[in-house]
Amino acid sequence: MSGMKSDVKLIDESGKRIDGRLFNEMRPIKIEAGILERADGSAYIEWGNNKIIAAVFGPREIYPKHIQDPSKAVLRARYNMAAFSVDERKKPGPDRRSVELSLVISNALSSVVFLEQYPRTAIDVFIEVLQADAGTRIAGLTAASVALADAGIPMKDLIAGCAVGKVENTIVLDLNKDEDNYGQADMPVAIIPRTKEIVLFQMDGDMDYQEIKNGLNMALDASMKVYEIEKEALKNKYIKLAGGDSDE
Amino acid sequence: MSKFTENVVSEITKDYIKKLLEKGTRLDGRTADEYRKIEVQRNFIPRADGSALVKIGKTQVLVGVKVEKGPPFPDTPNLGILATNAELVPLASPTFEPGPPGEEAIELARVVDRGIREGKVIDLEKLVIKENELVWVVFADIHVLDYDGNLFDASSLATMIALLNTKVPAKRNDLGEDFNLPINHIAVANTFVKIGDNIVVDPNLDEENIATARITVSTTEDGKVHAIQKGLEGSFTYEEILNTIDSAKRIGKDIRENIISGVD
Repeated sequence: MSGMKSDVKLIDESGKRIDGRLFNEMRPIKIEAGILERADGSAYIEWGNNKIIAAVFGPREIYPKHIQDPSKAVLRARYNMAAFSVDERKKPGPDRRSVELSLVISNALSSVVFLEQYPRTAIDVFIEVLQADAGTRIAGLTAASVALADAGIPMKDLIAGCAVGKVENTIVLDLNKDEDNYGQADMPVAIIPRTKEIVLFQMDGDMDYQEIKNGLNMALDASMKVYEIEKEALKNKYIKLAGGDSDE
Repeated sequence: MSKFTENVVSEITKDYIKKLLEKGTRLDGRTADEYRKIEVQRNFIPRADGSALVKIGKTQVLVGVKVEKGPPFPDTPNLGILATNAELVPLASPTFEPGPPGEEAIELARVVDRGIREGKVIDLEKLVIKENELVWVVFADIHVLDYDGNLFDASSLATMIALLNTKVPAKRNDLGEDFNLPINHIAVANTFVKIGDNIVVDPNLDEENIATARITVSTTEDGKVHAIQKGLEGSFTYEEILNTIDSAKRIGKDIRENIISGVD
């Protein structure tokens, strides 16, 4: 939360948010699997105005060699924002935020991949944020999870998630950029949908226990919807490959 | 690979810790929601503008605060600046290596920073020297000296106490008399780890090394939560998350009343 003050009214009298959504409404999500030629697996996601590509390479030989693990593969996710993805040009390359996000995304993905099947290897996941509009870590993680499945890497399940936040003392689902800039709290959540285990959970801002509980419930419900969209994207790829009509 | 988890724990210790936890106790005799002994030395580095050495059990963290003048961020021209950094100094553990901060150090610094920043601990509005031009920049540098588990809480506590005894060096900068850094709230971070199906607060090194998931919850005296970070590759259930937040409110209050207000 940047804590900036705003004259903008983020929720109007009828309970509508600035982009017309209700408090528990997600932005539209579109996912496409297998969009890159050279990567072993890939996915493109549009989540509201976010546009993000994820690519997977591996399991492959690991460099530098000394970080290899004789008992399992090392999954390394790299979250990166394009210089042009935000209003003011972002200096290219990793900053402290992207290093942290790469770490929490790597952790979340590692929880579902059967890493022990590929000892001494690397599974590299690259997430490129082409256009950012709040909620990029979850959208990137979602795309990465579809890309891993697209690469045919054995997994317990996909990862699905959604952020909730607090805007004008109301808990709302899936903050957009203005709500993120001027809101009171942001809480990204990601789960293993089959078991409802929470594998990514962060919060910053100002919330009490009940608000966190309500937000968590909303995020869990929304994650299940994201899960359906992810599965649909993977199915569609194979329908297309088989020459059939996709649902689109 | 994680520097925090490279340390090897023998299978016997691992099994023993797990067996004890099932019976409700821990290797060092603590209960699940009990901290190790916390010791605080404020003003440990008089040359800094504020400082504190905090020991939680055998973990030692030193935080030094320096306050300098500098231009404000363009999007917050009427606010002072807080900058938090962490160094995992090689003398603190055989698994720490020299070099620029790695991902663990960055995560540590950012989680401590979020608790302080989002808890509105420092009244940044009072740190403006000249609007749009010059503000006070508060640098909190976290130096980990001995790593025996739970750096998040030791670093947060040391930072909070260092900020509480920080004097803004106005005189040194020909800007009038020195004054105490304006503090609005007291933030406390509590870290829990999951071992098997058990959750314990303030993990020591052995516990941290066999933990599958970690969560840090930062609260202020009004019971509000301002920062949460789930760490490691494992997961928490819905109930576990809510329980840790509830415990953090209770344990945080205890630390605020008995450790932080007790340092004066």
